[in-house]
Amino acid sequence: MTTMQVLFLIFAAIILGSAFKVVTTKKMIHAAFWLIVVLFGVAALYAMLNAGFMAMVQVVVYVGAIAILFIFAVMLTRKELLDKGPALNDNKSIAAVLSLLSFGGLYMLLRNWSGFMNMAPALPETDMVEELGTALVTPDMYLLPFEIASVLLLAALIGAVYVANEARSE
Amino acid sequence: MNSIPISWYLVLSAGLFSLGLFGVLARKNAVAILLGIELMLNAVNLNLVTFWRYNNPAEMTGQVFAIIVFAVAAAEVAVGLALIISIYRNRNTVMADDIDLMKW
Repeated sequence: MTTMQVLFLIFAAIILGSAFKVVTTKKMIHAAFWLIVVLFGVAALYAMLNAGFMAMVQVVVYVGAIAILFIFAVMLTRKELLDKGPALNDNKSIAAVLSLLSFGGLYMLLRNWSGFMNMAPALPETDMVEELGTALVTPDMYLLPFEIASVLLLAALIGAVYVANEARSE
Repeated sequence: MNSIPISWYLVLSAGLFSLGLFGVLARKNAVAILLGIELMLNAVNLNLVTFWRYNNPAEMTGQVFAIIVFAVAAAEVAVGLALIISIYRNRNTVMADDIDLMKW
C-alpha cells in the first residue's frame, strides 16, 4: 500500500459515508452540509488526478456557489426544516434495490472491460492549465461549446429570477 | 508516484452515482431530490476527469467536458431551486408527494 492508495481510500470512505448521510439525513440543512463534505472529497480526488484547476473550480463553483444556493433554498423553505414525517417515501425499498442493481450493473460492465486495471500514463511536460485555457478559447477546439455554456448560464439566471420572483402581476 | 489503478476511481464513482440515484428515488423533500442529482453529476465529473488522466493527459477534452458539466449543473440547480421556492410560495410545501397539481 503506497501513500497515494491510503489517501485514496480515506477520501473514498469520506465521500461515500457523507453521500450516504446526504441521502438519508432527516434535517435538510444537515444534508446540505454533508453535500459540502462530499464536494470537498471529490475536489481532493481531482487534485490526486493531477487536475488542479478542476479541484479549484470544484471548490469555487460547487462549494462556493451551488452548496450555498442549496443552503439558501433550505432556509427559504424553512417550514420543512424540522419535518416530522420520515425522510424517505414508501418506495424506499424499491429505490434501494434499483440503486444496488445499478451499482452491480455498472460494476459488471467495468469488470468485463479490458482496461479495468490500467495505470495512469506519464504526465506531459507542458503546463496543463495553460493548455486547458488555450483549448477553451481556440475556435477549432472548444470555443463554441464554451460560449454556448455562457449563454445557457445567462438564460438560467434570467429564468431563475423570473420564476422565483413573486411580485409580478398575474 | 501514482500507483492507483483506474478501477478504484470508476468503482467509487459508480457507488457515488448509485447513492445519488437512491436519493432521487427515495427522498420526499424536493430540495433533497436536487441534492441527489448533484451527487450523480459529481460522479459523472469524477469519471470524466479520471478518463482524461488515464487515457491521454495531453488531450484536454475530458477536462473541457467536465467544465461544461459544471456550467450545466449550476444552471440546473439555479432553475430547480427557483421552481421549488416558487412552489413553496404558492402551495406552502416542498414535499414531492404533495406537488400533484399536474397528476392526472
